[in-house]
Amino acid sequence: MSETWTYILVIAGVILAALTIAAGNIFIERRLLSLWQDRLGPNRVGPFGILQVVADVVKIFTKEDWVPRFADRGIFILSPTIVMITTMIVFAIIPLSPGIVVADLNIGLLFFFGFSSLGAYSLVLAGWSSNNKYALLGAMRGASQMLSYEVFMGLSLMGVVMMTGSFSMVDIVEAQKNTWFIVPQFVGFLIFLIAGLAESHRIPFDIPESESELVAGFHSEYSGMKFGMFFVGEYLGITLISALTATLFLGGWNGPAFLPPIAWLLIKVFGMIAFIILLRAALPRPRYDQLLGFGWKILLPLSLLNLLITGAIILST
Amino acid sequence: MLIAFYIAGVIAVVSTIMAVTRSNAVHALLYLIVSFLAAAVVLFVLGAHFAAALEVIVYAGAIMVLFVFVIMMLNIGGETEKAKERWLVPKRWIGPALMAAILFAILSYAILNQPVATASLSIVEPKTVGISLYTQYLLGVEIAAVMLMAGIIGAFHLGYTKRKSKHRFLKGE
Repeated sequence: MSETWTYILVIAGVILAALTIAAGNIFIERRLLSLWQDRLGPNRVGPFGILQVVADVVKIFTKEDWVPRFADRGIFILSPTIVMITTMIVFAIIPLSPGIVVADLNIGLLFFFGFSSLGAYSLVLAGWSSNNKYALLGAMRGASQMLSYEVFMGLSLMGVVMMTGSFSMVDIVEAQKNTWFIVPQFVGFLIFLIAGLAESHRIPFDIPESESELVAGFHSEYSGMKFGMFFVGEYLGITLISALTATLFLGGWNGPAFLPPIAWLLIKVFGMIAFIILLRAALPRPRYDQLLGFGWKILLPLSLLNLLITGAIILST
Repeated sequence: MLIAFYIAGVIAVVSTIMAVTRSNAVHALLYLIVSFLAAAVVLFVLGAHFAAALEVIVYAGAIMVLFVFVIMMLNIGGETEKAKERWLVPKRWIGPALMAAILFAILSYAILNQPVATASLSIVEPKTVGISLYTQYLLGVEIAAVMLMAGIIGAFHLGYTKRKSKHRFLKGE
């Protein structure tokens, strides 16, 4: 009985933590961006402006939530939920501390690939059901971008899988007791980070919604909390990519013993989030064909080469 | 676990029937995706975790996205749907449906006369799948690789156009 309760407690904790971090990201991003751009940022509501998020949530909940007459109603309502569900469910495979994980699957990483590829539907269906040409263009860009970058995302992580000999996230963290995988798998780390940003269509790669060309891309017709779900979904995506990078390449909960393992994991996750926000502050958006060309002509051969060399080294030792 | 198997099986059958009978192509594709996901759950319950993951990644996640992509750009609706209703008069579908019903009857007869097979619940590790793919079924993997290569070359050939410059100074190049 008590085991069931700990289980439920861990699940509730993971859901709550993921949502809180995702919502908190909005505040962190605005403050960090303003720091790097020599401004103050939101600092009026609450201490350091931390309650700004609460104010924003209240505002977005009380906004008019409108479904256009020309939209395909069922799919229009369904698609924002897909991005939330597919992103939230992957947090189940991330080991938080020794022995604390929601699901230690023997196909852990493949579970993540599966759900991240299902996440593409959210964007595609949102664009299609809006019945709006800008939304449709955004959805087309999003579909091709996510389909292409899934390929290298999978290949870039195969080096880690080969060095561990397992798809299980718990085994991958255990294998990093001595050396973090960022050292032997640095190329894999870079490719995974780029592909992860493209998967969560995060700012240097936010081509599906590039507001200077497509109004707001696939979510042009969305308002109120349906838009809010896309918005939070993007921040959940950032949190997920940071958590996965921390787990796969930065040793997960491994760290010196003076802090508890969960603290090490959180430090690494927040470090990655800050880095991704810095990328937003620093990089311009590439053109659509540049993004796809970069993926297929540079990242794909590079990840294949990485796979080949890692395999050769493992075979020879 | 057996109850999960039956629930997923029912969902797979129902959503496949819905996929065949929808007149809106995107709705039909959505039901087809649900059917693939249900098939993945069936595989997972039977212990083939790796096959279940691949079912989601390859079929539901990649191939169906391409289908939705193409259907999305065709913008089917209005006139085509009316035309489809005209084609689907009972005269057209009653013959194939009868023959399919006979096949279904034969199939159920054959299944019912089989000795009762219980669902095996042995878990297949991803490693086992990989080892059998690269030893016992190596030839199949290589044939698939060659076919994919042919597909890539074909796609390149179809998509290749000589680069043309529209700029008035660069026209001759």
